[in-house]
Amino acid sequence: MTDAVQDAAPRRRLSPEDRPVVIAAGFVLAILALGTAYTLWTQGAATLLAPAYLLQQLQVGSFLGIVAAGMMLVILLGHIDLSVPWTIAASAMTATAVGGPFAVPVGLAVGMGIGLINGCGVAYLRIPSMIFTLGVNAVAQGVMVAQTGGFAPQTAATPLMQYLAVGKIAGLPAAVFVWGVVSLGMVVLLGRTAMGRAIYMIGAREAAAYLAGVPTRRVIVASFMLCGAASGLAGTLLAGYSTKAYQGMGDAYLLPAIAAVVIGGTHILGGRGRYLGTLVGVILIVLLNSVLSIMQMPEAARQVIYGSVIIAMLLVYGRNDKVTQ
Amino acid sequence: MSGGFADLRIRVRQSAGLLTAIGLCAALYLFYNLNHPRGFSSAVLIQNSNEAFALAMVAMAQTLPVLLGGIDLSVGAVLTLVNVAASHVMNGGPLDMALGAALCMGLGAACGFMNGCVVVYGRIQPIIATLATGAIYMGVALFLRPSPGGNVDADLSWAMTNDLFEMAATYGFAANGEAAWFRPFAALPTPLILMAAVAALVWLPFARSVTGRTVYAIGSNEGAAYMSGLPIARAKLAAFTLGGFLAGLGGLFLALQTSSGAADVPQAGAYTLNSLAAVVIGGTSLLGGVGSAVGSLFGALVLRAISFNFRIFEVDPLLQPLIEGMVLLAAVSLGAVRVLRVRNTLDLFR
Amino acid sequence: MAEASQRAARIALAGVSKRYGGVTALDGVDFACSGGSIHAVLGENGAGKSTLIKIISGVVRPDAGEIALEGRAMRFADPASANAAGIVCIFQELSLVPDLTVADNICLADPPRRFGLIDRRAQRRRAEAALAAVGCEDVNPLLRVRDLALSRRQLVEIAKALARDPKVLILDEATSALTAADVDKVFDVLRARRDAGCAIITISHRMHEIEAIADRCSVFRNGRHIETFAQGARGPSEIVRMMIGREISAHFPPKPQKRDRPAPMLETRGLSWEHSLSAIDLTVGRGEIMGLGGLDGQGQKELLLALFGVLRGVRGDVLIDGRPVALTSPTDAKRPGVDIALIPEDRKTEGLLLGMSIADNLLAASLDRISRGPFIDRAAAARAVEDGVRAMQIKIGAPSDAVATLSGGNQQKVVIAKWLMTRPRVILLNDPTRGIDVGTKQEIYRLLRQLADEGAAILFYTTDYEELIGCCDRMAVMYDGRIVRELEGAAMTEHAIIASALNIDAQAASGARA
Repeated sequence: MTDAVQDAAPRRRLSPEDRPVVIAAGFVLAILALGTAYTLWTQGAATLLAPAYLLQQLQVGSFLGIVAAGMMLVILLGHIDLSVPWTIAASAMTATAVGGPFAVPVGLAVGMGIGLINGCGVAYLRIPSMIFTLGVNAVAQGVMVAQTGGFAPQTAATPLMQYLAVGKIAGLPAAVFVWGVVSLGMVVLLGRTAMGRAIYMIGAREAAAYLAGVPTRRVIVASFMLCGAASGLAGTLLAGYSTKAYQGMGDAYLLPAIAAVVIGGTHILGGRGRYLGTLVGVILIVLLNSVLSIMQMPEAARQVIYGSVIIAMLLVYGRNDKVTQ
Repeated sequence: MSGGFADLRIRVRQSAGLLTAIGLCAALYLFYNLNHPRGFSSAVLIQNSNEAFALAMVAMAQTLPVLLGGIDLSVGAVLTLVNVAASHVMNGGPLDMALGAALCMGLGAACGFMNGCVVVYGRIQPIIATLATGAIYMGVALFLRPSPGGNVDADLSWAMTNDLFEMAATYGFAANGEAAWFRPFAALPTPLILMAAVAALVWLPFARSVTGRTVYAIGSNEGAAYMSGLPIARAKLAAFTLGGFLAGLGGLFLALQTSSGAADVPQAGAYTLNSLAAVVIGGTSLLGGVGSAVGSLFGALVLRAISFNFRIFEVDPLLQPLIEGMVLLAAVSLGAVRVLRVRNTLDLFR
Repeated sequence: MAEASQRAARIALAGVSKRYGGVTALDGVDFACSGGSIHAVLGENGAGKSTLIKIISGVVRPDAGEIALEGRAMRFADPASANAAGIVCIFQELSLVPDLTVADNICLADPPRRFGLIDRRAQRRRAEAALAAVGCEDVNPLLRVRDLALSRRQLVEIAKALARDPKVLILDEATSALTAADVDKVFDVLRARRDAGCAIITISHRMHEIEAIADRCSVFRNGRHIETFAQGARGPSEIVRMMIGREISAHFPPKPQKRDRPAPMLETRGLSWEHSLSAIDLTVGRGEIMGLGGLDGQGQKELLLALFGVLRGVRGDVLIDGRPVALTSPTDAKRPGVDIALIPEDRKTEGLLLGMSIADNLLAASLDRISRGPFIDRAAAARAVEDGVRAMQIKIGAPSDAVATLSGGNQQKVVIAKWLMTRPRVILLNDPTRGIDVGTKQEIYRLLRQLADEGAAILFYTTDYEELIGCCDRMAVMYDGRIVRELEGAAMTEHAIIASALNIDAQAASGARA
């Protein structure tokens, strides 16, 4: 075993990083096609292809998209953030409680603060992220429940929050713009900054990154803070969308965010993945959900289809190397 | 040098996690009983065991994939699916019910087996594979029972959720529970006996088998396990199947306990996440290769004991989630103590 | 290969070939090893030794050719079937399971059973017997392998293999972490097995061990079997020539003439840590190559790690270019003004990011140098990669290829190139040529001398005495965490090193053989 000359990767026209993105995009088109066929058959119109409809889907998807962006950073490190549900809720509730011009910054700050706690626990205390963020989620829930008395806070979302979530800029939903800004930030961070490279390195092998002089702990804390900020932003926007915050508003975002990141080709153990893939993954999930509701699928069937699609896609490309030594 | 005392010291050191969990559980439960107006009574013990059984089973189920170095996000869904199935089949005559029980257990095992196949043959990481299969199982459960309901045999339900005396009385053995030889066992709660039976008759033999040891080996160093010629695929499949089976047992009992089946999505999620907490509290490492389902069982009991304590101290229900969360965080942070003692930073990276 | 020896062979390969993608690992190889003999396999990395072993032990399947065990053709689907046929391999990267006990590991694949379950008591007895056979009675079978020192782990690995009573035993660098005394014990056991009829194949880069143990030697080069001969029939330079295929003129680059004591670049005063280091006072001058010698595990690795900021709770002072520096992490050690680099022990888990490309690996330590602000300057990055590849003459396809596709020697070059890009003033090397072929070793020696001539201070730990004497200007021999002897110039002899390593008074030992 002194010398492992493994199978030299044969040159493909599509690099292994790009394949999942292309395949996911293919699935998106397939879902659009199926849905359009269905609407043509039942309604005689291609409702799915209408621009207004597509924009609305993007608007709904932007909340999930922002959460998934943050989650991707953490998954690239080889970690995971299970505190997303109550980071969303806590940010939303705090933002609406504070109100006024500081609402949005406070929402972001709450998210970042929770992210900071997560980061310190994972980077400095070396507690597995799965269980630490789970605990932080429970504590966040506890604090919020104690604060709000278990009810949905009565304070309404500020006009800015509502505008960002529901309003339009130049005919396009403002939420999509926010998602776009976050996406731009992700592409720049991952592709063009030293911190982005460091994230991939830590996910590939933390010991080697550490010995190369990368400040691994700071990068981990910063990544968790960004993930928390993303959840905070999503929570603030969600409160704007529903005009107020409510208990459990973030619960529906955790598993789809993880699924979107993984479907997009990011390896769940870290070190590999492209943001474009996560973007496509989010669109896929949102589209799938909406097509299924147009088809008026009962919840039971939806769950089964949702799970099967994830497995099918992963079978097509997410396979691990066989352990042969 | 092997000497009895040196061996004992080594064994104790290696079982530190399990012993801590047992100690914690004992301390919490003792505290609870001391402060309970009707503490140390069999009625309280029976009620507590009923509440603890399902979580204990799910915690044991979660232990297996964690030992492999992965995680199973579908344990709550399997519990729910079998619960719902049981609400359909656990009625009728004794033969019907026996077949029904077998069906339920088989269903749990089948779900586990499917998880295993996706992981082994699909070569997909367990966390995302079980996230997907969990959705599928939940969907099937929703299909079988869109709204809560069902019909579970009342006698069986009574017998399984009380003490052995009631079981004997319901089914007429040991002179309806009055027999003299039966007296010392009569007050033991059935769920507690069942828990012990599952641990002793299902888990321990598995852990001592070659397949069971292979599971530990895979979690510790899969490459070394392969090099040594261990049956990797078989062990992974067995681990997931056993996990599904145990989760199914929890679901079956839940049906008997509540006399109904409900495809409750939030409840399934709560069971899954609590099972993770129980596994960690019980001393099993999330990195794999170290731990035991018995520890997870006690971890589940610790979680339940905490909530029991809330009840008698009439802790403001608004504060309960906060305290539970802090306790969980504290429990898992105990592992951080070792980090402070590490002198060579490279040891922190596995 | 004579027909007669083929027929008598315990294990024989005929016409075996194996390709990995575009690389031919083995090319029509005929090889045979008879029962009752110890057969050494020699060759550079990339020569095919590891592939040969993997094929014999069932880890990979050949593309062509036949394997015959005791005259019968065999096809192994996986290591389990090879084990079942009586072929056992001891790997360099141990096949022990860290979280299981020693007893579990020794009986891992085929434990004694009772009622279908593992019989722990019988297993323990078997383990104790196996451990005693390699002279390891002090290891309690109940201990977890994780809690054992590396040398004990290697002995457990050997005990585990021997306990299976193999017909063919393969050792792949199996003694690399053992002390000389342990190695002697193991060799006694191997000779006893050989006399009992076992066929033993051994791979080692340590010529003195091969001379001590082997009966026959085979040389491989570029995937071909070159020659098999009785041990002693060919001299070392002939063997090297066969391995490399060309004449080796000078083994080590020439050292500069003795000059005045150079200005100190790296200085430690009273460096101590836990039980591993006590009061180390060391000075390495500008342009000097300083060697660390001594037996394994005497604190050499810990000293290098301490100088790189990896250890916590280090007492004492470290001075770079006369100024005291704080070293709390590799980030500290690397920073401009300090400029320390470490080539770590295990390139696969510490030196390289195996899942990433060659370019990513080369830039791993230079992210700050190729950045303007938070952003990476892609042009600067591409230039740096090109320069690195050229400077080290690394044989690659494209910089975007996965680093895992390179041979061991080229991978090590990537690790070194990564650090050279940071223009270090102090270079620490932890056994950099372990498992590396002779050709690449030479290149590394030349490079080190060149770096020293350009003014770097080099601290170099190796377990190979020849290397130590050939490369270093000075050396410090360590024993039990202390420096017991410093040697310089002509005083650096193998004799002196071993005497100090064993902490024997040099005078008293002068009459004894080295």
